[in-house]
Amino acid sequence: MSPRATTPVMQKSPGATARMPRVASKDSRVERERHSYDLVVLGAGPAGLTAAHLAAREGASVALIERSVLGGTSLNTGSIPSNAIIRSARLFASLRECRLLHDSGVLEPAANLQRVMERVYRIRSRIAAYSSRERLERAGIDVYDGTGRFDTPQSIVVGTARLQFGKALIATGARPTAAQISGLEEGSYLTSESIFDLVELPARLAVVGGGPLGCELAQAFCRLGSRVTIVQDEPKFLPREERDAAQTLAESMARDGVEIFLNTRVVGAHVEAAGTRLETRSNDVVGEVVADRVLVSVGRTPNVETLGLQLAGVAMGDDGAIRVDEFLCTSNPLIYAAGDVCMAHQFTHVAESTARIATSNLLGAVRRRHTELTIPWCTFCDPEIAHVGLQVMEARGQGIPVKTFTVMMQDVDRAITDRQDNGFVKIHVREGSDTIIGATIVASRASEMVNELCVAMSTGIGLRKLADVLHAYPTQSEAIRLAAMACADESPTARPAPTQAHVVDPGTPRRSR
Amino acid sequence: MNTVSTESDTELVDRLARGAFGYFETCVNPVNGLVADNSRPGSPCSIAVVGFALSCYPLAVERGWMSRRAAAARTLATLRFFWDSPQSAAADASGHRGFYYHFLDMKSGRRVWDCELSLIDSTLLVAGMLTAKQYFGGSGEESEIRALAEALYRRVDWRWAQHDSPTLSQGWKPECGFLHYGWEGFNEAAILYVLGLGSPTHPLSDRSFSTWTLTYQWEHLLGQDVLYSGPLFTHLFSHAWIDFRGIRDAFMREKDSDYFENTRRTIAVHREYCERNPRSFVGYGRDTWGISAGDGPVDDIARERPKDNRHFGYMARGAPYGPDDGTLCPWAMLATLPFTADAALTGTRRLLRDFPKVCKDNRFVSGFNPSLAANTGGWLSDGWFGLDQGLLVMMIENARSGLPWSLLRESPEFRHGLARAGFTGGWLPA
Repeated sequence: MSPRATTPVMQKSPGATARMPRVASKDSRVERERHSYDLVVLGAGPAGLTAAHLAAREGASVALIERSVLGGTSLNTGSIPSNAIIRSARLFASLRECRLLHDSGVLEPAANLQRVMERVYRIRSRIAAYSSRERLERAGIDVYDGTGRFDTPQSIVVGTARLQFGKALIATGARPTAAQISGLEEGSYLTSESIFDLVELPARLAVVGGGPLGCELAQAFCRLGSRVTIVQDEPKFLPREERDAAQTLAESMARDGVEIFLNTRVVGAHVEAAGTRLETRSNDVVGEVVADRVLVSVGRTPNVETLGLQLAGVAMGDDGAIRVDEFLCTSNPLIYAAGDVCMAHQFTHVAESTARIATSNLLGAVRRRHTELTIPWCTFCDPEIAHVGLQVMEARGQGIPVKTFTVMMQDVDRAITDRQDNGFVKIHVREGSDTIIGATIVASRASEMVNELCVAMSTGIGLRKLADVLHAYPTQSEAIRLAAMACADESPTARPAPTQAHVVDPGTPRRSR
Repeated sequence: MNTVSTESDTELVDRLARGAFGYFETCVNPVNGLVADNSRPGSPCSIAVVGFALSCYPLAVERGWMSRRAAAARTLATLRFFWDSPQSAAADASGHRGFYYHFLDMKSGRRVWDCELSLIDSTLLVAGMLTAKQYFGGSGEESEIRALAEALYRRVDWRWAQHDSPTLSQGWKPECGFLHYGWEGFNEAAILYVLGLGSPTHPLSDRSFSTWTLTYQWEHLLGQDVLYSGPLFTHLFSHAWIDFRGIRDAFMREKDSDYFENTRRTIAVHREYCERNPRSFVGYGRDTWGISAGDGPVDDIARERPKDNRHFGYMARGAPYGPDDGTLCPWAMLATLPFTADAALTGTRRLLRDFPKVCKDNRFVSGFNPSLAANTGGWLSDGWFGLDQGLLVMMIENARSGLPWSLLRESPEFRHGLARAGFTGGWLPA
């Protein structure tokens, strides 16, 4: 069995269908006489699971269709396994730091990747239990395995079953975008999914793509002992992040020993006995990277191809994602979408939140807009990079005057004691007020710290108010309080001093014009 | 003998300005006016250094370091070279579309190192040409200087450099076209946009400057409200030519500040950072600062070195975000003389007292790193770099007589460019 297959979906009997009314017990549920559901959910990832549970709790009859394993990307091949690896990698980085405190000064532990991965699988299994098939069944949710496909605007075929629905939710997620590199065929390279099947640490790992996943895995494998080269076709990592955050990350990765090629494209590949040779090009400079394994992480593609969207009257956008309105309704008023399949922000917490909104809307309860979400996101490198709200450039593009209160982590006591003082907290406010419009945090635990700002933004708490909130000392979150204090101390009438050049004795020019 | 403790401010500044200008006397090809990037053997010409040289000749005349006739002759030789040198898409031309390659062979004037057609370096070159145009107001050779400078400026195709985009990339190569790198956030590109907008022939589009300024960040940082950019030189280069006192674009009007004041605050940030000295580098302090672009020590064995202990070679270093490897630019403090004279002079005296090796023949080296080999006075850059010397001469003169600023305040090209960028107030006409 694949180590990734944590929660396989059980096969329903051929021809098994069900019919209203919704059945209460597990045994009665499998009578398979049901054909019609209030809600059919396509995809059992974070969005699908959330929606199915919510709808079932509201009394709706629910069918959940999954073609692979329960839990979706996040649990099986996404943030859970990657963070488990990152934790192991941080441990090895810390062990290397120990040499600074060690008499011999020599400490170079090597990772056993098989053990690292076994830990990943244990963690995944443990978390998978929360969304097991048994729990779904106890909640009254019918689970169908197989690929669901719309055959009319109001019905879905899965296996031999045909499910009529009152409403449907598409939550099929996304998958790693295939490499478009000549010579690099599918299967000859690793993706952010298949990398978790590795049991042996590659001596040389090349990472193509400098987005969040690429950076996280590049740094982690470097710390575990691989010699890692990362190739990014943009001038900086993490194109969605601001310049200072991306630069801080690049420096941190370089310090770990990752070899970095920015503004460099991979234009070809040759799979050879000695490894895979990637041909690179940076402007007019041609180069090559040779590696034992290649990880391609160049984005994610929505899973829509097998859904029969045309028959359902569901339109897609130019980016290949399902097009939804602000209520997450597709072009078919009976069909909604949530999560990676329709959202630009492809994160687990966004998938779950949009699923809640879509479920509320499709059940006809309180109508909610996904555009009202305050969305944080995190890149789990070291230091972590977390962001919420608007970037400065976005705000300025909307005509919002912005002032940023910045605290360097090197000025935060707890960051100093932890030797984690590389980074900063930037909190953006609408100038002339203390209304927080966004924030970027680069810190060892930025993903935890950003939640304080999410609370403030979601509840309308201004930055000055946070100055009055006692923060435990010493903590790294104190950086937020320091920024808040700077905001609170600011005199709204402060004006810059008049600008006069400071002139030393001009001396006497020896010649005049 | 170290005279720094006995000489007056004026004597100190005189000596160091004269020493810096000496670079342009020793590292120049008098036949074509090209000036070497640095004083090391075999160095090619840097077109930006030529721009500084052209700007410094008038100052040298006024200070009596050079005769007006000699300055005019050198300037004319330079302009004639640039006017006559090959302009085409060929890989070994000197330039293309009125721009020039970053580095040229000192003798032939042809492109070297497969370098890029550099927009910012071409801008600094053109700024030097326009400075000469403003200064040499006489007849004969001086008349030809004015004509050539104007023709060279009019030849620059700034609109082509936009490449269907509101903003500019950093350059172009015949082998691959426009470079992928652009300008994000505030930096030394202000003068690039001003001169590009001021062109009477191929100007940048109306929204180019405002689109670039959308990437600005106004930060409350280490106690200052500041338009952030890390390296000091990014707050100095445009100011070498443009008197930003009291004139404001839309961004600075919104912030009730100006770019001159912003440089002063940036200096305060740098001093504060060096006083806090979070990475415990040797030498850093409130009166020993100067984190900018310059030469530095190199190592490329990051994996073998303890965390936070890497060195970057020649690089634009910045504060407080970094990169910072303990390397300081010894010329940088004095180059801030127009903005914070006390800090510049106090720091320069402290530096010359504590690290006298940074100034050889009255001329500052590009970089030094006192954290390396601290027992022998630290790592020291070899030779001199022309950009450092040119910037220093101009900034000292701006602080003393204000001559570069007063010359360019009257430049129609600069005035038109500033107006199109939205600058108003101060010395600009209402």
